[in-house]
Amino acid sequence: MELKFILESLLFSAQKPLSPSELRDIFATAAAAEDADTTVKGLKKTKEADIIAALEELAKEHEAAARSYRLVCVAGSWQFVTQPEFAPWLKALVGVKARPSRLSQPALETLAIIAYRQPMTRAEIEQIRGVSVDGTMQTLLERGLVEQSGRAEVIGRPALYTTTTAFLEYLGLKSLEDLPAADELRRIPIEKPEAPLTADPGLATSAPPELKLEEAGEKPAEAAKT
Amino acid sequence: MSEYQVKFEVFEGPLDLLLYLIKKEEVDIYSVNLTKLASQFIEYIEMMREFDLEIAGEFLVMASTLMYIKSRELLPVEQQAQVEDEEAGEDPRWELIRQLVEYKKFKDAAAQLQTLEARQEGVFPRLPIKPQFEEDKATKQDISVFDLLNAVNAVLKRFEKRDNPREIFEDKWTVSEKIEMIVRVMEKGVVVRFSELFEDAMSRSEVVCTFLALLELIRLKQLVCGQSSDFGEIEIRKRDAVVPMSATPEPPANPTEPVAPAPAENPTS
Repeated sequence: MELKFILESLLFSAQKPLSPSELRDIFATAAAAEDADTTVKGLKKTKEADIIAALEELAKEHEAAARSYRLVCVAGSWQFVTQPEFAPWLKALVGVKARPSRLSQPALETLAIIAYRQPMTRAEIEQIRGVSVDGTMQTLLERGLVEQSGRAEVIGRPALYTTTTAFLEYLGLKSLEDLPAADELRRIPIEKPEAPLTADPGLATSAPPELKLEEAGEKPAEAAKT
Repeated sequence: MSEYQVKFEVFEGPLDLLLYLIKKEEVDIYSVNLTKLASQFIEYIEMMREFDLEIAGEFLVMASTLMYIKSRELLPVEQQAQVEDEEAGEDPRWELIRQLVEYKKFKDAAAQLQTLEARQEGVFPRLPIKPQFEEDKATKQDISVFDLLNAVNAVLKRFEKRDNPREIFEDKWTVSEKIEMIVRVMEKGVVVRFSELFEDAMSRSEVVCTFLALLELIRLKQLVCGQSSDFGEIEIRKRDAVVPMSATPEPPANPTEPVAPAPAENPTS
């Protein structure tokens, strides 16, 4: 029996999303049963990596089949969900989803900053947004989308904030790697040298040529216009 | 000036307003004319004042930064005051543009998160109801408190021999700590054997604490006990899949308020 189909059947009838380690435990439990046959016993020590690989294959198959539902991994746990385009009927079926109101623009901006640059202190977030974030942080903390994860080792030991599993679930993300344009917005990796000009012109790590002031007297043409 | 056509938008902050002004000019952030931007920004603040809007302090800080940049531009380069240890990176114009670019990126990212948020609203998970027969048949539900006492006595036998005269230590364990411990253990597995809870116990008092914690959780209807065979080991399982649990053993008036619907389908009731 193929591993992926066993997993499919488990996720089909699971009452909550299951993580690879939970699935692995199920294999061990099934093999421990008195009436377990050799197939079941043979899968006793199924590795998590194999489970993940099988799940990914299964998800691809479902995607290729273009069914009304798909297999997704949200915050590390797998489950079957419907495709968004069927929402109108599903809403009619289950009634309005008990879902909190959508986040406001400031809250989304603050959340984005924390998500891409975590862990962050409140002051660092405010530096990027240019405004106080007290109110929006309160909202995000209350909704459990961010949490305090420790304290920065700087003067005053300010609290550091990170996003939570609930954040991934709220947006239907597999992991933080799954964030849109994650590599671009994430902090630049440490191994990159502090070069005066970055390879990526979109990243603001050095001044564009017209703004350089090293050679006094070489006034930028831009400013001279005024 | 087309003052009467102004569509007044509420800006999140000075950076938001600056981005809006740049967008209106249809220029790239890097090639924006900062002096012109400074004038527009201050015009806007003036307008806010006319509308009797409260102007946040951040706007005024930004206005002064822009005024500083603008005033510098008015002087020929050789007469510009050299700010102490000013380097390319410390140029106020560059600093502002860097900030704008960074803010713009996160603003765009926020828009993408919003798309995800909206998409996720239309996604419905499959949530089957737990098959009824599973618990009814597999486990005998009516474990009495005496069954539990017998089980804990068996565990306590482990410590009987060590009851020689010895030093008395203060009790390191509290029931509420043990409640937290049990909740943690239950998070990992669906079913936990009774003896597993006491595997790490070092002393009688610890066993007693754990046992009291278990009783408390059963009383609060967080956990249920069962036996899969006669005289078999007692198994503990969670009553509901999702139970928000406070660590305090204080008995609330109505301890089970599961968010999940249909608490009535519990097999014990």
